[in-house]
Amino acid sequence: MRTLTAKRPASVGAYLLVAAGLSWLALVILLPLAAVFIQALAKGSEAALSALKEPDAISAVKLTLLVAAICVPLNAVFGLAAAWSVAKFDFKGKGLFLTLIDLPFSISPVVSGLVWVLLFGANGWFGSFLEHNHIKIVFALPGLVLATLLVTLPFTARELIPLMQDQGSDEETAAVTLGAGGWTTFFSVTLPNVKWALLYGVLLSNARAMGEFGAVSVVSGHIRGLTNTLPLHVEVLYNEYDFVGAFATASLLAGLALITLILKTGLEWRYAGELSASRRH
Amino acid sequence: MSLKVENLAKQYGRTAALNGVSLQAAKGEFLALLGPSGSGKTTLLRAIAGLEQPDTGTVEFEGEDFLKQTPRERRVGLVFQHYALFRHMTVEKNVAYGLNVRPGHSRPPKAEVKDRVAKLLELVQLDGLEKRYPAQLSGGQRQRVALARALAIEPRMLLLDEPFGALDAKVRKDLRRQLRAIHERAGVTTIFVTHDQDEAMDLADRVVVLNGGRIEQIGSPGELASAPASAFVFEFLGDCARLKGRVDGSCIRFDGFEAPIVNAGRATGEAEALFRPWETELDLEGKPGVPVTVHDILAKGAVLRAECRSDDGRLFEAEFSRDHLPPAARPGGRASLRPRRVFVF
Repeated sequence: MRTLTAKRPASVGAYLLVAAGLSWLALVILLPLAAVFIQALAKGSEAALSALKEPDAISAVKLTLLVAAICVPLNAVFGLAAAWSVAKFDFKGKGLFLTLIDLPFSISPVVSGLVWVLLFGANGWFGSFLEHNHIKIVFALPGLVLATLLVTLPFTARELIPLMQDQGSDEETAAVTLGAGGWTTFFSVTLPNVKWALLYGVLLSNARAMGEFGAVSVVSGHIRGLTNTLPLHVEVLYNEYDFVGAFATASLLAGLALITLILKTGLEWRYAGELSASRRH
Repeated sequence: MSLKVENLAKQYGRTAALNGVSLQAAKGEFLALLGPSGSGKTTLLRAIAGLEQPDTGTVEFEGEDFLKQTPRERRVGLVFQHYALFRHMTVEKNVAYGLNVRPGHSRPPKAEVKDRVAKLLELVQLDGLEKRYPAQLSGGQRQRVALARALAIEPRMLLLDEPFGALDAKVRKDLRRQLRAIHERAGVTTIFVTHDQDEAMDLADRVVVLNGGRIEQIGSPGELASAPASAFVFEFLGDCARLKGRVDGSCIRFDGFEAPIVNAGRATGEAEALFRPWETELDLEGKPGVPVTVHDILAKGAVLRAECRSDDGRLFEAEFSRDHLPPAARPGGRASLRPRRVFVF
């Protein structure tokens, strides 16, 4: 009963506060989002669609999906491995390891891109070696993948670590004493216990992988039709005063974001249930 | 002897969790490892189960060198304090797990698995709950599922790590009785860890008392009660009080009175006597004994317990059956307190 009364706005002041919050939200989120779609359709849906059908736009979409398709699974595997080792084992340097996982959260994406140029660029540490062997990393797909991997590194691991720490390793120990081998234990006990958190982490890293601008911008070289991902393509079009094209492409990204949001909300609903079930356990 | 543990030692950093532990268990025996937290009892259990590798020593089971085997090769059933049930599996799947993960050729057919699960759930009185998830069960039910799951692999030994630690008193007692009955029916050598002396004395054929990584005493509950090997064992098994005196043969002399020593011959000269509240008498003031003030009379089950303090503030307790409360036991009154018999270590 008490929580019910506490949740109901009690006075005019409370209503005003809620209204202020909602207007702020409308101003900084809904208005810009609406602007994107309105600008995209400023010269009609025909113009917007033709901007998306342009070969450069299509190759940007393909590149974005390819980068995400490479990065997200790698990230999921790394995240699981990292969370597994942190949550189920004690080792020296665990604190440092956790800090390192968080590092991409705190450094600027530009730096995350720049490090690869410093390593693999023409004047970088391995630049002459790579040039000699005709391997292209920077200004090519490998560079985009590396930059995206670095930026999205913490997402899955950060989702999984607290959950797996909370769950402990008793269930795995039980499985082992009941005769299960390492892989059987992993696939029949560990993975099912974290599947929703894992999916949630994958979704978050996917959203970031597709939307990343800063890091990717540094390593891309902006070669139209070759190394431009969707966010970079938007920038190029905008700089060329092709507003309809820029906003049409941007609305594609915004649409992806909205889909992610819907999936995320659905998962949170599911995942919250799982979590509270595990707490009751 | 089916289990033979010899000279087991295990060090964690600078602290010794186990320090030269040796014990044996006969086939079908029910053994309790009793001790306070940090006494090494759980480490010992985990070493037997294969979850912990001791630094030195041997663990043999029916002539096999257990330390060379992985936990799955040892085939021991383990029950945890916090159940460790697989939360995403139904009760049925939990119990069947050990059978279903067996490699193809030794995995029993589906119908047989189902049959065995049903029998086990009947044994732990959980039939009808096959389709429930662990989160939908009470603590006592969960621990019974864990027990059935451990028994499903037909373990060569059953190991329980504080199995009733997370349950409330009533459920605890019910489960104790059930465990005893299941042990009698299954006949499997069982070792369980507990810090509750009542539980150990109530359940086990023999009790191993551990302290600081060493064994203080191994004996039947009767032996432990009548012939405790050390002051630690005596104190751990129940409430007691201490009193300084002078040993004289099979007696110990205090200030103006004396008491017989149960375990005479261990100490001479100045010594400290230990005695139980139920072996303590209260007499009228002025009679031989320690002068005390009676503070309170508490009802403790079938007995009444008089809480007394000596003039220098030490606490003494004396227990009486309800209809034999001595006249001296009045709250606020003065009395003379005297042990009927004592132990000296």
